[in-house]
Amino acid sequence: MAAKMLDVSDAPWVRADSLVVAHRLRLWYSVKRGLFSKPIYVKAVDGVSLSVARGETLAVVGESGSGKTTLGRTLIRLLRPTGGDLIFDGRDVASSDESELRKWFRRRVSIVFQDPYSSLHPYHSIGFILEEPLIIHGVPKGERMERVYKALEEVKLTPPEDFVNKYPHMLSGGQRQRVAIARATILNPDFIVADEPVSMLDVSVRVEILTLLKEVQKRYNAAFLYITHDISTAKYFSDNIAIMYAGKLVEYGPFRSVVKEPAHPYTQALIEAIPDPDPKNRLRPRKVAPGEPPNLANPPSGCRFHPRCPFAMDKCRREEPPMVEVRPGVYTACWLYK
Amino acid sequence: MVLLDVRNLRLYYQTTKGILKALDGVSFELEEGETLAVVGETGSGKSTLAKAITRVWERNVSLVDGEIYFEGEEVLHMPEDRFRREIRWRKIAMVPQASMNALNPVITIGEQMIEPLVLSGVPKGEALRLAQDSLESVGLPRDVVARYPHQLSGGMKQRVVIAMAIMTRPKLLILDEPTSALDVMTQANIMNLLKELKARLKLTYIFITHDLALASELADSVAVMYAGKLAEIGSSEDMYGAPAHPYTQGLMASMPTLRTDKQLAYIPGEVPSLIDPPRGCRFHPRCPYFAKDKALKGLCDDMEPPAFELKPWTGRRHLAACWLYK
Repeated sequence: MAAKMLDVSDAPWVRADSLVVAHRLRLWYSVKRGLFSKPIYVKAVDGVSLSVARGETLAVVGESGSGKTTLGRTLIRLLRPTGGDLIFDGRDVASSDESELRKWFRRRVSIVFQDPYSSLHPYHSIGFILEEPLIIHGVPKGERMERVYKALEEVKLTPPEDFVNKYPHMLSGGQRQRVAIARATILNPDFIVADEPVSMLDVSVRVEILTLLKEVQKRYNAAFLYITHDISTAKYFSDNIAIMYAGKLVEYGPFRSVVKEPAHPYTQALIEAIPDPDPKNRLRPRKVAPGEPPNLANPPSGCRFHPRCPFAMDKCRREEPPMVEVRPGVYTACWLYK
Repeated sequence: MVLLDVRNLRLYYQTTKGILKALDGVSFELEEGETLAVVGETGSGKSTLAKAITRVWERNVSLVDGEIYFEGEEVLHMPEDRFRREIRWRKIAMVPQASMNALNPVITIGEQMIEPLVLSGVPKGEALRLAQDSLESVGLPRDVVARYPHQLSGGMKQRVVIAMAIMTRPKLLILDEPTSALDVMTQANIMNLLKELKARLKLTYIFITHDLALASELADSVAVMYAGKLAEIGSSEDMYGAPAHPYTQGLMASMPTLRTDKQLAYIPGEVPSLIDPPRGCRFHPRCPYFAKDKALKGLCDDMEPPAFELKPWTGRRHLAACWLYK
């Protein structure tokens, strides 16, 4: 199949030659209220454009309900997009069916889930959990155990022979997450989605896992999508950052530039919300946006952030802001910059 | 005035594998109006400490020992009946870990809030009014009493359980990981609420968390726990400015920060088993000082360190249980 190049001129932050390209991607869940009533749509991902190149880490940041997990799952086609384009390595995967995807796509993408207590099968040994993807993708029997051992060593579960016969309940949270990472990398994927891989872990264990993810990313030169609600954990290995709010992209740019000088009021509030270890913190309240993210079945008109925004103007309530470039490489959807 | 004085508190559980020493000799004082953050990894005994102070430990407990003085009166060994009527919830309230998920899904918020009051003889109308006042003071509308838990978001449910805890105007409020399941923005809103409630209602907090950065949002003092013991305790200024115990130093170095650039480090190894903890200092198998300095061999791995006072301290005595400060 000839490589397909999308016209992405309406989204200049997207590089069309990247490994993963999403253009105006849309995933609406349909919810039936009753047998004969019309379905209502929950717009979890609503026209998001972004790209992830080989060797690049893109951090996707947002609150619960912002659509970040749905976006991650759509990009590896665990969900079928309801609109827009999705290109992987020059091929259109937006509407391919499962049998087609299984031929080439599935082994090249993988995911690390948030909760290591429920993402590992409790009745399967660690050895089998890691061997299963190799069996499915036809790796010869003689090679499998060697690769399982190597994968365990790479995630520093050593010596590997101590772990292959253990079951998930015998491991700590950090160790389980290492197994999940080993499982995600055992087929040498080109694109890895890490969905809040450290949010269920103790702070003291997070750094170990983040360090490990960084090593994995370097070793495989994979494209990496790191989904989180906590920007401070993304800092250590992200190149670019995409901020999501209520199913929409609200800011995109190089990580350091965005964090240093956040343009969108939502990004500013997200960064303000992160505590720093400073005893003076207790003397002042934080200036964060009050309230909760909106219901995605019936989002607010205009800019979806306007009910919580300290700078909301009349225009924000009426019209949806387009993405504009505020600094080289930094794009944001906010009427303040128009 | 000292509100809470915990002396040599021990709490052991009987398990099939042996005696689990969840708390093993914890002592500290808490002034009225002070906020103490208790920080530690999973399995350090911080939640057990909360359960011991409110006397709601599990049934397989095999030993409860030590003394807890609340407003000058010993409460750990007073008759359960009296503790239940006079102390628990009336003077010492708790927001247990993940309690927002323990709200009864088929009963309205109002009904579950007033249940303990009605049982203790408050008329229903009066109790309902108290519940509404309490909801208002945590920033929720009064009509939340008529709603069911599934109609509320995570942040709102967390506000409801805080409202339940402060309804009887307790003096001491124990918060066990009150924001651990919430995302950063909701977490910051809840922390703002806790700051505001503390100032308005003159509350004393024990704030339990595994996150030192979050602890700094509220804490006047910080206690770091490791394997059932206090490793270090001191004022926030001392603890964040000059952490003394190698474990505290390790925790500080492993915190991701957004605004400052630093190289992250982590403490290798895992929290030890509380059934058969290491001899001597419980941290010595993971301690970088012990690994480096040969002079500590035979000391740290043999004798348990007492709490040494570090000078100069500010605010409250700065104590570290580490042989480095002999």
